[in-house]
Amino acid sequence: MSKGTEKTEYVSYLDHQGKYKGIFAWIFATDHKRIALLYMYSIAAFFFIGAFLGLAMRIELFAPGETIMKPQTYNGIFTVHGIIMIFMVVIPGLSAVFGNFFLPILIGAKDVAFPKLNRFSWWIFIAGSIMAVASQFLKHGPPDTGWTFYAPYSTTTGTNVIMATTAAFVLGFSSILTGLNFIVTIHQMRAPGMKFFNMPLFPWAIYATAWIQLLATPIIGITLVMLIAERLFGIGFFDPNLGGDPLLYQHLFWIYSHPAVYVMILPAMGVITEIIPTFCQRKIYGYKAIALSSLAIAGVGFLVWGHHMYTSGMSEQARWFFSLLTFIVAVPSAIKVFNWLMTMYKGSIDVKPPFLFALAFIFLFIIGGTTGLLLGSVATNVQVHDTSFVVAHFHYIIFGGMGFAFFAAIHYWFPKMYGKMYDFKRANIAWGILFVGFNLLYFPQFIIGIQGMPRRYFDYLPQFQPAQIVSTIGGFILVAGLILMVYNLIQGARKGEAAPANPWHGTTLEWQIPSPPSLENFDEEPVFNANPYDYE
Amino acid sequence: MIMSEKHHVEEHRDDDAKKLGMWLFIFTELLLFGGLFLVYSIYRAKFPADFHAGSLELSVTIGAINTIVLLFSSMTVAMALTAIQKGNKKLSLIMISITLLMAFVFLVNKYFEWGHKFEMGLYPGSALIQHLDRGFLLYFSLYFFMTGLHALHIIVGMVLLFICLFKVKSGNVHTENYTFLENGALYWHLVDLIWIFLFPLMYLIS
Repeated sequence: MSKGTEKTEYVSYLDHQGKYKGIFAWIFATDHKRIALLYMYSIAAFFFIGAFLGLAMRIELFAPGETIMKPQTYNGIFTVHGIIMIFMVVIPGLSAVFGNFFLPILIGAKDVAFPKLNRFSWWIFIAGSIMAVASQFLKHGPPDTGWTFYAPYSTTTGTNVIMATTAAFVLGFSSILTGLNFIVTIHQMRAPGMKFFNMPLFPWAIYATAWIQLLATPIIGITLVMLIAERLFGIGFFDPNLGGDPLLYQHLFWIYSHPAVYVMILPAMGVITEIIPTFCQRKIYGYKAIALSSLAIAGVGFLVWGHHMYTSGMSEQARWFFSLLTFIVAVPSAIKVFNWLMTMYKGSIDVKPPFLFALAFIFLFIIGGTTGLLLGSVATNVQVHDTSFVVAHFHYIIFGGMGFAFFAAIHYWFPKMYGKMYDFKRANIAWGILFVGFNLLYFPQFIIGIQGMPRRYFDYLPQFQPAQIVSTIGGFILVAGLILMVYNLIQGARKGEAAPANPWHGTTLEWQIPSPPSLENFDEEPVFNANPYDYE
Repeated sequence: MIMSEKHHVEEHRDDDAKKLGMWLFIFTELLLFGGLFLVYSIYRAKFPADFHAGSLELSVTIGAINTIVLLFSSMTVAMALTAIQKGNKKLSLIMISITLLMAFVFLVNKYFEWGHKFEMGLYPGSALIQHLDRGFLLYFSLYFFMTGLHALHIIVGMVLLFICLFKVKSGNVHTENYTFLENGALYWHLVDLIWIFLFPLMYLIS
């Protein structure tokens, strides 16, 4: 892959001078690493908007009755919080940021298969995001349907549903193109001689994710277009007054949106699978089992959507069948957890910030996962459906899982991305604050959920107040931890010590090139091991 | 899937990757329409009599003509590709132009068909259709939605073919490098294929 014998001088991708100057060198960049950073900065900005809305909800729930906002405002805020966090933060999150940055490097490629398409994906991601944020402020008021846009309410409410659904459609298109790009990259761009089973496991996770993005997203696309057409022309697919069926909307919505949670969590598992062998200096246990379990999760994940609809009106047979499949999809996730633990066993563990975040991931993911089984079995689901138990479960998986994996990934790959190192002590403190804040915020929601606290209500009975207060305090602690973590990272990027090429003694390909990498990643032909985690 | 090592030799061009990308994109298009076919099958099972009555309102003749037009255009676009592979630029240009003409004929037919339905008041939200049976309304909702989305794809396909036309003309697409035209033709075949399913489901069920 190197350009003959001509020796190119090392210039990092951050300093590289291309055709465009200044900010345009970023907006028009086709380098996968720059696009990854563009995604990261924009996603971080949207995350803080979403987190701000979340905190506003927490303050409202501090006391029963109206505290700081009207019920309609609350409806708008939880909807836009959901839209921003789901479609703009967690779905693109790991795959668009770390997938873009490290997928090509981990498989020994110079870039993704279609760099210009990659740039285009980011552009439409930004276009969709602007529309989503705008839906909060435009004339008819923020959408108040929840991020699920359930019909028939979403076909009749006077709020900005069309703007929000169009935004989700555009963001979905960006997601499809990213997935398409990654699949082709993995098929066509691996280093000469690298087989599928020579790839590290993060690319495997990205591969499984990309197939879900590709195959599931068109369904939500067409569903949202149907919803828009229903509002504009009264076509009546989902409106019972016109002969339609609201349940059909729920089915179509969840056929995408359940696989979408695997779009969020699979890359997170991939990140953890990279971090654990590095900090245990030990070969990953069960390489093939982890690789194939990613595909298994992606495959079975398509068949479990009905477990969101146990109380919506489905036949008994459909309900137990979806319940059975839900239990089956838990198996490959458990396989991964056991493999991580087995990798740690007898390893020489080095407790650095990325490893701490990975441990927090496993802990929180287990809580989120097992409560997911509680929701997946019909009898218990009927009791806790639409309560804050669901909210807690969901946030344990998405924030505790995907979010902490994102933090783990940024702490793990930060020295490679910026060529600088952050302060370990501050990172550890931030980790502790985040972990405590997170559990204080969401764990009480499990308890009051079982006691009957409904989700999406701006008001509640006085008996739930102690738990709500704990939650709100936890929310503030969490935000404090976030601020400290981001501050530490920004300080690290600006003034941190120069990082060596391989600060963690990893074995995968990204650690064999300079920090930060040059524009074309590999100035010489990459040399890879048949086993990517060769620590023996 | 079979891997090719070709790209390691040829640094700046990877035709296999482009073709794979196009096929993956075609999967997403099929799934996009798949959602609609699902909705169609559910409502047809629920309202078989109304769907039967609805399809009686469509003109099988115009539908059949449009089917032939599209099948013919699929042939001409395939011929355009073969022509460029064999180095016959002029023939390729003629064939792409005929394909574009056929696409235009299809849209004109569609325009008259839709116009006729609007005159009769058979469209979602019209005063007439509110009083008809629900299955009848859903049939016409699906008819306009599915043929409308298909027509949109025809227009996208035409834009692609126009770009192909200019690329062939300027020599960007030539006998050694024709993946762009090949992908354009693939997309056109997809548009054709979707119509092959729409035609019987909408026109021939009476």
